[in-house]
Order: sequence, then structure tokens, then C-alpha cells
Amino acid sequence: MKWDEFFVTGEPMIYAADVSIILVSLAIVIGLTYFKKWGYLWREWLTTVDHKRIGIMYIISALIMLFRGGVDALLMRTQLAVPDNKILDAQHYNEIFTTHGLIMILFMAMPFVIGMMNVVIPLQIGARDVAFPRLNAVSFWMFFFGAMLLNLSFVIGGSPDAGWSAYFPLASLEFSPTVGNNYYSLALQISGIGTLMTGVNFIVTILKMRAPGMKLMRMPMFTWSVLITNVIILFAFPVLTVALALMMFDRIFGSQFFTMANGGMDMLWANLFWVWGHPEVYIVILPAFGIFSDVISTFSKKNLYGYKSMVVSMVAISVLSFLVWAHHFYTMGQGAMVNGFFSITTMAIAVPTGVKIFNWLFTLQKGKISFTSPMLYAMGFIPIFTIGGVTGVMLAMASADYQYHNTMFLVAHFHYVLIPGTVFGVLAGMHYWFPKMFGFRLNERLAKWAFWLIIIGFNVAFMPLFFLGLNGMTRRMYTYSASTGFGPLNMIATIGAFVLAIGFVVLCYNFFHSFRHSPRNEGGDPWDARTLEWSTPSPVPVYNFAKLPNVKSQDAFWHAKKHNVPLYEEGPYEEIHMPSNSGQPFILGVIMFILGFSLVFSWFIPAIIAGVGVIIMLAVRSFERDHGYHISAKEIAATEQKLRGDTV
Amino acid sequence: MKINDSLPLEYRTEENSNKIFGFWLFLGAEIVLFSTLFAVYFTLWNRTGNGPTGKEIFEVGGVIWETLLLLTSSFTCGLGIHAMRLNLKKPMMVFFGITLLMGLGFLGIEITEFVNYVHEGATLQTSAFLSSLFVLLGTHGLHVTMGILWGAAILLQVNRQGFTDETANKSFIFSLYWHFLDVVWIFIFSFVYLKGLM
Ligand code: HEM
Ligand SMILES: [Cu+2]
Repeated sequence: MKWDEFFVTGEPMIYAADVSIILVSLAIVIGLTYFKKWGYLWREWLTTVDHKRIGIMYIISALIMLFRGGVDALLMRTQLAVPDNKILDAQHYNEIFTTHGLIMILFMAMPFVIGMMNVVIPLQIGARDVAFPRLNAVSFWMFFFGAMLLNLSFVIGGSPDAGWSAYFPLASLEFSPTVGNNYYSLALQISGIGTLMTGVNFIVTILKMRAPGMKLMRMPMFTWSVLITNVIILFAFPVLTVALALMMFDRIFGSQFFTMANGGMDMLWANLFWVWGHPEVYIVILPAFGIFSDVISTFSKKNLYGYKSMVVSMVAISVLSFLVWAHHFYTMGQGAMVNGFFSITTMAIAVPTGVKIFNWLFTLQKGKISFTSPMLYAMGFIPIFTIGGVTGVMLAMASADYQYHNTMFLVAHFHYVLIPGTVFGVLAGMHYWFPKMFGFRLNERLAKWAFWLIIIGFNVAFMPLFFLGLNGMTRRMYTYSASTGFGPLNMIATIGAFVLAIGFVVLCYNFFHSFRHSPRNEGGDPWDARTLEWSTPSPVPVYNFAKLPNVKSQDAFWHAKKHNVPLYEEGPYEEIHMPSNSGQPFILGVIMFILGFSLVFSWFIPAIIAGVGVIIMLAVRSFERDHGYHISAKEIAATEQKLRGDTV
Repeated sequence: MKINDSLPLEYRTEENSNKIFGFWLFLGAEIVLFSTLFAVYFTLWNRTGNGPTGKEIFEVGGVIWETLLLLTSSFTCGLGIHAMRLNLKKPMMVFFGITLLMGLGFLGIEITEFVNYVHEGATLQTSAFLSSLFVLLGTHGLHVTMGILWGAAILLQVNRQGFTDETANKSFIFSLYWHFLDVVWIFIFSFVYLKGLM
């Protein structure tokens, strides 16, 4: 590696990015120093093991990544707006769609969903924390530094450019000689390990730490969806771990897994990738389903219709999600029997999904509906997601898929599933649970403006792509000639994308606006909601529940409100045991980052040193004897008094 | 803290029983990880390119010794836990010590085997078959290495603190891990070496 290859050069946009990265970093450092916030940042955030704060950090990171992925998207849409456009060249376009896809799925959707889980799950099941708070912090920092590693690629060394699916042989050293795909294999590996630990953590939390009386079939639907999601994580992510490790061996150590010579098999990658990749899309969509279920039942003032069938259909989806992976490469020659099998399993997923759609509709039926911002996202989701689902069934038919495989039709389809599904889901959740995190609600008027801009922009941006795809415009194509006739529809799509972007800007502006103007005294339950988290004060104290709730039915808090029965037992408070903060997870993350970065450039000496560093950190943890601390009953009483203005 | 005296020491606190449950889940993920590696191996095992086949390089002698060492170490590890349940600190430490030593012996043989392969010109880079072989065996070997380090750390802690619910919990979880590595090895022994030699 020569030094002039180390920094990406030659592109004015990259230089602009370099400058802005340096400026932003300087601004952060100077700002923190000037306001003397370093200590605060370290004590309250970087070392925290509180699930609510970790959740907030996940959500902030996800929003930043949404911005980064969104800028990528706008660049692509600008390039495609008119025929023969020259804003991006082919290589640059390749890098941008690759990082856009990777960042949106792995560093935006996943962490956003995991952030919501972190904030909400312990509160929803009446627990004081997750099962392993320290491990939770490790998960976060692994994700965070993995994401940073990938983001570094576009200024140092060059971004991955073989698509987010990194198919071999294209992604091999022979055809992608830059370090871009080394970043791919290492950044995803680091954050993937974090995700796997999240999986373990939340399964234990949900199965073992529910409040007394909360049987499995009394859990809120979001909790159910998260449980099922984490089971999928547990079984899917190790496959990614292996796939990425093999990729790393091929690219950095010269092994022959996916090569064209010496017996390597390129299709092995495609299979491994999608054995993880398809379940992955359910990992980001099921929690959103859960959020919508909670939101729809809250704002229709009704029980969720078909609770049991909701659970059963999610379990069915999770099983089927492992049996459909070959639908991503019907055209790659595995023959009619295999394609037939995967066609049928794929179409079968439409059945449980349909059940869920009908259940939401029946929940709405005759409900007392209030059109709050979370509810708008939920109501917007149902019809748009159905379009995504129906076009999914079209793609599922192997023989028809030969017609539109890898066209813009597919791009339209998956954005029609991912944006209303995942993105609307987490946005609904964010608006809904915002008061639990920060103690005030987002301004509804601005939130609604953002919603309408987003939903209109979205449809204008992606509906044309269905037709472009059917007309033969392939995906990942950096430009097209005027004679194709693709111009006008592409222009419309680009305009839509910018409307969508304005929507996001309004959404973000709303944070600042509401921070300054929203009323702070709305109590713990501003939406008149149903589940346990709303029985806590907002913002929630560190220990979540001063006393553990007694759950006697589904929607326990609603039940307690309507029938005027107490959720908490009378009597004095008892002291609560809490885990102490620790800097170790953050330091481990930094070391992993150094390890990953060294391997990207095949610097083996620093890599070995960092590897030893990881082992030392594990040893430090093993020998540590920290038993946390206790919050005394008196202190709890004082806090509760202050937050609730009474003594429960 | 709720303490349930009817359970063995390592399960007694809620935190500890959560840890054991969490570790079982982790082992579930490990099973998927090794299954994937086996699937890769089965896909590639006869794609030897210009390199040697398994039959040409596998040596039975070392493998039998590896198997004996690892299986016996699993047994002594079990004895160690049994001793712990009886609150016998010395015997527990001796059994765990033997377990780790056998693990080291296993590693020693495996490393020699790798060195031999490389001398015969069978390297990670030679063919898809060898890549998958090295990565499958290497992943298992890496697990054993981590296990030895981890086990040693636990032994030190037991030595210093005796059996507390924490050290007992760690020892028990370590034993789960060690048995798991043994099970994986049985699959490697049968489906890599025996099948390869046939
Ligand atoms: C915010 C508005 C968005 C716009 C305007 C947008 C636009 C685009 C465009 C233009 C492409 C490339 C099409 C091509 O030439 O092949 C693309 C690809 C992709 N997008 Fe988006 N996108 C958006 C949001 C998202 C979100 C939220 C996700 C996921 C959660 C996502 C996931 C992907 C993936 C996985 C690809 C494929 C990348 C590849 O081909 O390797 N996008 N998007
Ligand atoms: Cu799929």
C-alpha cells in the first residue's frame, strides 16, 4: 500500500468530505472543552450501563447514519435524474450504492430497532434492567465502532464497491483490488458480534426477568416481536460471522473459498450471505410490526385484535424466513426444482403477514381513533407496506422473476417494504416513546408536517421505479441514454426523493423545537396508553420501577386504570441493587476498531497487539470484583416523590 | 438478593441462573457457527484443485491422541465440577488443572499437525478443500485456546477466593463450554478425519 493510496484522492466531493469531517470533529472537541462537558460525557454516557441511555445512544447513532445513508441516496438520485449525467462516475456510483445499502440496513435500521428495544423492553416487562447490562454496553460499542470503521472507508482507502451483497467473484481481491471490501468484512464482523450479544441478552431478559404475573401470553406485542426477533438474530448472525470470516481469509490471507481457481466456489458466498440476509430483513421488520401493534391498539382504544394469531404468525414468519434465501438468485442456475421449492416457501410468508394486516385492520374497526403522529405512521404503513408485499409475491414467482430480476422493480419493492415497514415503524416508536426517554413530547404539528412530506415524497420517489423496472431499467446502473426513455420517470423519482429529504429535515428540526418549547409536565402517561412502561414517571428514573408491578392481565396498566385496581403493592420501598458504570466496554470498542483497521490494511503487527489488547480486556473483566451499588429506600422515596408529586 | 438454597451454588442467585441460561443460548449460536463451518467443509471437501486430498495428508496417529486427550479432559472437567458440588477445593483445582493441561496437549498436537501439512505443501492458500479444513480446525483450536486462558483465569480466582457463588458459577459455565468443544471435536473426528480416510 502506497501512502498516496491511503487517503482517497482526486474527487472534489471527497475533499469536501475530508474538510467537513475535520471541521465537525474540531467543533465537537472545542465545544466539549469550552463547555467543560468531557467529564459529563464520560460519566453519564460513554461509561453508562443503563439500558435507556444505551438505547438513546443507539437511536442517535442510527439517526446520524440515516443522514449519511440519505445523502448517499440523494447523490444517486441526482445522478439518475437526467440521462447521461456526469455528476458521479461508474466507480463512485458503485461505492455509493454499496455503502448506502450497507449503512441503511446494518447501521441505521438494525441499531434503530435495537435502540427501541433497549429503551422499551425492560420497561414493558416491568424489569429494572436487561439481564446483562455490561454486555449490553459492549454490544453498543461494538456496533458503534464497527459503523465508524465502515464510514472511515470513504476517505481512507476507498469504500466497498461490490454491492451490499458483495457477490463473489466480483468482491474478490482479483476484481475488487482496493481495501473497500476488507472494510466490509471487518466492520460488519465487529458490529455483527455486538448484535449477536444483544440477541442473547434480550432473550434472557424477556424470558427470565418479567414482572410477577406477566405470563408469556400477557406480554405486549412489541415484547413478543422482540423476543422472536432475537431468536432469529441468535440463529442467523453466526452464519454472517462465518461468511465474513471466510471473506476476510480470501481477501487478506489468500484462501480459496470463493475464488475462481483451486476449487473455490463463488455461489457458496451467495448462499451464506442470503441464509443470513433474508432473516435479517425480518430482524428489522418484526419489531416494527410490534411497534405498530402497540401503537394501533393504544390509539384505537381497543385490545389488539387476534393477539394469539399475531404471535403465531410471527413465529411462522420467523421459521419461514430461514427457508427462502434462494429467492435472491433464481436466475443463477439452480434448476427448476430448487426454484420451485423456494418460490412456494416465499409465497407462503404472505399468509402470516396477511393475517397480521387483517388483525391491524380489525383492531382499527370501530375503534376510537386518534390521529397522533405515531398513529399516522402506523396508518400510512398498512397500505404502502401492502404494495410492497404484493410486489414481493410477484418477485417470488421464479419464472416471472426472470423478467424483472435485478431491475428497478426490485429496488422499488424492497424500499416499499423497508421504508414503511422498518423506517415508519421506528419513527412511530420514536414519537410514541419519546416522552419516556426525555420527559416531553415532540411537537405534533411539526411531526405531522414531517409525516406528510415523508409519505408523499416516498411514493413519488419509488412508485416510478416499479414502471422503470418493468420497462427494463436495471439496478446499480450509473447512467442511461436518453433513447431509453427512462428520463422523465427518473426525474419524478428524484423530485420525490428530495421531498422525502425535506420531510426528514423537518423531523430533525422538531427535536430542537420541542426541546425548547414542549411542555414538561405531562405526567407519565401522556397518550393514555395501555402497557407497563406508561405507569412509570417520565423521564424514567435509573431504577425504572420503585416497586415491581403486579400483572394480572394483558395491557396491565390499562386494566389497572379502568378497574381502579392498584398496579403496585402498598408498603415501604426497599433498596435497589444497581450495576455500576464502566469504561471497559468503550475501551474494548476502541481496541476492536484498531484491530479492524489494522487488518483492513494488512498491518499485522498492530493487529496482533490489538488482539492481545482484546484478551487483556477480557481478563480484566474476569478478575474484576465489582458488585454494583445500592440505592437506598430513602433515596427512592425522595425520587418518586419528586417525579410523581405523591407517594404512589 | 434472593438466594435459593435448594439449588447448587452456581445457580443460587438470579443473576447466576440468568448467566447459565444466557450461556446455553450462546452455545446455541456456537452450534450454528460450527454447523455453518461444517456445511462449508462438506461443500468444498472434494474440491481439491491441484492440492492434495484429505486421504493424502491426514495422519491417524496424532488424531487419535488428540481425541483421547480431549475426551478425557472433558471427563476430568466433569469430575472437577463434581468436586466443586462437594465443596472440595483442592480436588476441584487438580481436576481442572489436568483438564487444562490436556487441552494444552491437544493444542500442541494440532499445531504440529498444521506445521506438517504446511511442510507437505498443503496450506490455507492451496485449495478450497484445504482452506475449509484449516478454518474449521482452526476455529475449534482457537476455541480451545481461549478455553485454556479462561480456565486458567478461573483457577486463579478459585484459588484466591474459594467457592463463592461467583467462582462456582464461572467454573460451571466453563465446564459447559469445555464439553461443547468436545462434542464439536467428535464431529470433526468422525466427519473430517474418519470420512476423509475412508
Ligand atoms: C431515504 C430515501 C431513500 C432513497 C431515495 C433511496 C434510494 C436508493 C437508490 C437510488 C438505490 C440504488 C438503486 C440502484 O441504482 O441500484 C438504493 C439502493 C438500496 N437501498 Fe435505498 N433509498 C432510500 C432509503 C433506504 C432505506 C431506508 C433502506 C434500508 C433500510 C435502503 C436500502 C437500500 C438497499 C439495500 C439498496 C441496494 C444497494 C445495492 O444495490 O447494493 N434504502 N436506494
Ligand atoms: Cu429474501
